[in-house]
Amino acid sequence: MTIVATMALARRALRNALRRPQFLAPLVIFPTFFLAVNVGGLSRSTNLPGFPQVHGFLDFQLAGAITQSLLLGGVSAGIAVALEIELGFFDRLVASPIPRISIVFGRLAAAAVIGAGQAVYFLILGLLFGAEVRSGIPGVIVVLAISMLAATGFGAAGVALGLWARNASIVQGVFPLAFVILFVSSAFFPRALLEQPAQGIARYNPLSYIADGMRHPIISDFAWTPALEGLLAAAAVTAMFVGLCVVALRGRLRNA
Amino acid sequence: MTQSFRTIRALTSRALNEVVRVPGAAIPGVLAPTIFMLGLSSVFGKTAHLPGFTADDFRTYIVPVGLLQGASFAGAATGVNLARDIEQGWFDRLILAPERRGVLLAGLVSSASLRSLVPGTFLLMIALILGVHAPSFLGLIITVILVMSLGAIMACWGTIVAMRFRTQQSAPLIQIVGFIAVLFTTAYAPFALLTPWLRLIAHLNPVTYVLEGVRQGFVGGVNWADTWPAFLATSVLLLLLGGLAVRSMRSYGR
Repeated sequence: MTIVATMALARRALRNALRRPQFLAPLVIFPTFFLAVNVGGLSRSTNLPGFPQVHGFLDFQLAGAITQSLLLGGVSAGIAVALEIELGFFDRLVASPIPRISIVFGRLAAAAVIGAGQAVYFLILGLLFGAEVRSGIPGVIVVLAISMLAATGFGAAGVALGLWARNASIVQGVFPLAFVILFVSSAFFPRALLEQPAQGIARYNPLSYIADGMRHPIISDFAWTPALEGLLAAAAVTAMFVGLCVVALRGRLRNA
Repeated sequence: MTQSFRTIRALTSRALNEVVRVPGAAIPGVLAPTIFMLGLSSVFGKTAHLPGFTADDFRTYIVPVGLLQGASFAGAATGVNLARDIEQGWFDRLILAPERRGVLLAGLVSSASLRSLVPGTFLLMIALILGVHAPSFLGLIITVILVMSLGAIMACWGTIVAMRFRTQQSAPLIQIVGFIAVLFTTAYAPFALLTPWLRLIAHLNPVTYVLEGVRQGFVGGVNWADTWPAFLATSVLLLLLGGLAVRSMRSYGR
């Protein structure tokens, strides 16, 4: 029953997202423009001492763009949940004879599928503009696996916030704050070249490992260590925020 | 005329009240530009060592970007709040009021202009504490005018989008335009260091001139050559987007 309801709600979330592409598009358009500005404005950064050997600055930035896009996907999932609460659909879901946890899991399953789509989009975009995936098909699989897992975790963070805030404006306000977490990670620049204290924080920021896990197969030959670190970091983020989702759902149901 | 001013004042007060009454929604918009300035300078700070960079340190170079982003967020927030008011039916009650729709727009725009100063002031205080070069008095006045103008411009854009989609889910669409407009400029590096395609876009993007108008107060000094293009750009954008926003408000519900 839980799986059937989860799949049905995931399909609904995906259909809603696809029916209104003007709201789905910013998830990729925004990081695309950020990627373009970073590459266009800072491409000479590869000349800095300590910058790793890369085919081009675009190759280096792709993982950052994917990570950023996935974070925005999490915010978007949170807004969708908050709107469902504001507009009363959530209460109808709660009143229906389905396992209540499927309300959360359905949204997260949709976030994972959208996350895979986001990663594919950026990989194709990169290839079109001259980037290359050095480790080939295994590298693409690693990027997709980390993306889907991380998208689930970020989606869970958004859903937990949406359940707690019950207000789309508040969840929307987190949109710029998603950058904070990115800025104190190695998503956009090599960790060794970050200024302090960002460099120190980046070491403990799971986003660094998620981004580096996706970046390594793009800029280098395949290696297990960064891939596993990326997967592990994404799994940890997912476990933590799914737990928070369950707590937030219980709180919401108590007040319903 | 007096009645119109009262309406503008009431709408402005209502919008400013929200900053206090719903701080959860307002605080991120206030903090974001500062976070962005600190974040960008932490991440890309070393690029100031590249030959051809025109500022001593990246943080001073990036502060004007944060100021314009604050204005952009404040203007966008006005559009998002308008979308919420439409969704919740409040705007339908508002347009029943015996007031011209241009005046209603003026209320929204003036509130956005004033709200633009909140993140800007916060960012400037933090930046000065961290040792960013203080602008001259004239540079500061120019900065305030340009920041408020960009907030108004973004409020007009937010109004156009809110009137078109009539849902808060259009928020990313409202915000993304401001974000892109501010970044596809000389935000990260001087013209000489940009790749040719971005250099071309930056030349064509009117916000580049607004940014350079603000930046002159922090890097170099105030000069006429950087000032007049900034004011021309804001005037043209205000006229264009203001006109479109008034048109979209007039066509609402008709």
